[in-house]
Amino acid sequence: MDDMLSESRGAVTEYPAVWLAGAGCSGCSVSLLNAVSPDIRNVLFDPVLPGKHVNLRFHPIIMAGQGEPAMKVLLDTRVENPKGYLLLVEGAVPTAEEGLYCTIGDLSGKHMTMQDTLVEMAGDAMAVVCVGTCSSFGGISASAPNPSGSRSVSEVLEENGIETPLINVPGCPPHPDWVVGTIAMVLLNGLPGPDDLDPARRPRAFYGKLIHDNCPRRAYFDAGQFARHTGDPGCLYELGCKGPMTYADCPTRLWNNGLNWCVGAGAPCIGCVEPTFPDKLQPMYHKLNDDRLSRFKLKTR
Amino acid sequence: MSSLFSRFRKGKKKTGATRITIDPVTRIEGHLMIEAMVEAGEVKEVKSSGTLFRGFEIFLQGREPRDAQRITQRVCGVCPTSHSVASALNLDSAFGLADKIPDNGRILRNLVLGANYLQSHILHFYHLAALDYVDVTAVANYSGGDWDLKAVKEFMARGQLGPLVPRYEGDYRFDQATNQELTGHYIKALEARKLAQEALAIFGGKMPHNATVCPGGITEHPTVDKIANLLWRLNRVRDFIDTMYVPDILAVARAYPDYFEIGDGCGNLLSYGVFDLDGKDPDYGARKRLHSQGALEGMKRLHPLDLNNITESIKHSWYKGDWTRPPCEEVTEPDRAKKDGYSWIKSPRYDGKVYEVGPLARMLVSYFAGLDPVKNMVDDVLGQLGARPEVLNSTLGRHAARALETKFVADAMASWLLELKPGEPVCAEYDVPEDAEGLGIVGAPRGALLHYIRIKDRKIDKYQLVVPTTWNASPRDDKEQPGPMEQAIIGTKIRDPENPYEILRIVRSFDPCLACAIHTINHRGRKLGEFKVV
Repeated sequence: MDDMLSESRGAVTEYPAVWLAGAGCSGCSVSLLNAVSPDIRNVLFDPVLPGKHVNLRFHPIIMAGQGEPAMKVLLDTRVENPKGYLLLVEGAVPTAEEGLYCTIGDLSGKHMTMQDTLVEMAGDAMAVVCVGTCSSFGGISASAPNPSGSRSVSEVLEENGIETPLINVPGCPPHPDWVVGTIAMVLLNGLPGPDDLDPARRPRAFYGKLIHDNCPRRAYFDAGQFARHTGDPGCLYELGCKGPMTYADCPTRLWNNGLNWCVGAGAPCIGCVEPTFPDKLQPMYHKLNDDRLSRFKLKTR
Repeated sequence: MSSLFSRFRKGKKKTGATRITIDPVTRIEGHLMIEAMVEAGEVKEVKSSGTLFRGFEIFLQGREPRDAQRITQRVCGVCPTSHSVASALNLDSAFGLADKIPDNGRILRNLVLGANYLQSHILHFYHLAALDYVDVTAVANYSGGDWDLKAVKEFMARGQLGPLVPRYEGDYRFDQATNQELTGHYIKALEARKLAQEALAIFGGKMPHNATVCPGGITEHPTVDKIANLLWRLNRVRDFIDTMYVPDILAVARAYPDYFEIGDGCGNLLSYGVFDLDGKDPDYGARKRLHSQGALEGMKRLHPLDLNNITESIKHSWYKGDWTRPPCEEVTEPDRAKKDGYSWIKSPRYDGKVYEVGPLARMLVSYFAGLDPVKNMVDDVLGQLGARPEVLNSTLGRHAARALETKFVADAMASWLLELKPGEPVCAEYDVPEDAEGLGIVGAPRGALLHYIRIKDRKIDKYQLVVPTTWNASPRDDKEQPGPMEQAIIGTKIRDPENPYEILRIVRSFDPCLACAIHTINHRGRKLGEFKVV
């Protein structure tokens, strides 16, 4: 009976994948664990799309192995699948002290820096997916004065002449749908074409519209009705909302199984998907200056 | 007698010692390396080292104070809620609001933090620790009808077993049926922790990195539909805790009883308490909390918490100098070439002694403070296992304390929900002061967490964090006392240096979170001579 069932589901192609963690907080991984449909069991163990299974062989938070045998998995994946594995990267890449601000493992007696490991693994990957704002743009790990010399993955790869196709899936953390959706797009349609990504290499499917353009509180903004105190109804512009500068579908997708989102919960958007997050979007609770909003016809009193 | 590590480095192979390097330690949060010197099958010396430095205390300087409360959450994506609450309490105290948080705000913060306790503890036992005890490959022979197990069986039949292999071998003790059942619980735990995150987002906005906890209270409002929504996600998690999590801990305890004798720590336990039940006392160290504040010395003498007893030593940390100072007097000057240093983690100590933090610390401090619900839970489990209280100072003791705490918090959350008053305020109003000082203390899932701020000209002049894993994974201090995790590993017998699962089981019982501990290490690629890297 079991054989009949698996035959009826068809043959499955395995897509090897490895996940590197640099200078970050693991929030991107934790967010992925919150995926609803497909859920994380589906992503890890099931063919997440019919006939296609993403075989995540290396992930420091969930993998059974540790130490050198774990590091060998990285090596073997690269050697056995040239141009055939997906490289997912969470966290920025510290470059201070030749990368020694972040070492991720020991291989043959050598402490492997995130920087060196990334360069080695990216060159032979089918594609690089940067999960989260730190890997995509530097994010909080790279905030001024950036003592660790943290850089984005794309910067480091460019410096090293690596041209592997790269997709940024930013967010602090990114919505699990953005991560799983991007992987699904690659599995279904292949690598993204020139129109699929925006200038910051983010999939337009998720990052194509401003928060401000889809915000349920937009009517308040247009009518000049602003919340003045924490918890008040109205537009959160005066409380610091960066929605007018931020490209993400949070207002319509909502977070955690459609339950809530930042602005809906009364908290101003802090622009966590943007290349400018956090330094150029601070202070978080100070309103955007009016010049940047002129095209929205801001009604001030 | 000089360190085995340094004698080994000098090429004196005749020590007869084997050096075990485990890097990366996986199934924790963050970047950790453990080095152990084993002689005659026993660990003689240990170094625990974190291998990532970002520098929050540096890049917070000069920012608007309220931004710290959002940025510090990004210290850790598993326990960001703890930082959001510690930072909010910190800013509350700096802004003169410590006793002015509306009750709704206080309770909603507790619910948001409580939901994260549930998520974090369930994740820890099942998805971080369980693979050390459960042989998931038993599912390849599964013949039952559970659809999660059928899915894992099909996965295994395809032959690509990563990330479940490679792994250490040699000590899986459950029978096939139990291994299969526990693997099924691993999958169900994925759903349970997701539900806990959803429960959090109802008042937290989103998770990870909630949006709503803020100075003065919280931004979300309690409404009856949200209360009911949270209650029934919570109840499903409580079902999981009662029918799977707690019984599974007992099953591990019965199959691996030697781990009540392995991984015994320093026996000093520190708790800042957690979950404010009283919002009127501005002293966080004294106000009534669900878990009590206190310092339990030698597993028997309970002292009231005195934050003035906290100092940090940098003797073996990569910072200039060799001082021991309270957090508000510290300066952070990196020095990676420092000869005696082997970690970027500093060594927090309480009254000059080594103290461990975490669920074990909280449960035992509350136990000795006479909290009946905690006493009853702990005594009941000890009775079921026929064990003495001393056994709790061990690998399994930490796991058991964590599971019981999960139940304790989940049950409390159900009653807090009924204390909410829709329509009443959630947040106090305030102005950001020009100059001020603040301190916030809270219990994070992994232990005692402290945030300190000094504000000058309405900007952050100084922000210091002393986080749980800093205590637990700290290096040796100015008196050469090894840190709690190091002490727990020293003296352990290692059956097979190629598969040192004993060490990893001890490490994971602490639930280390290295992003929290904030540190780095410099190896400068020195040649280390002959060693076993496993």
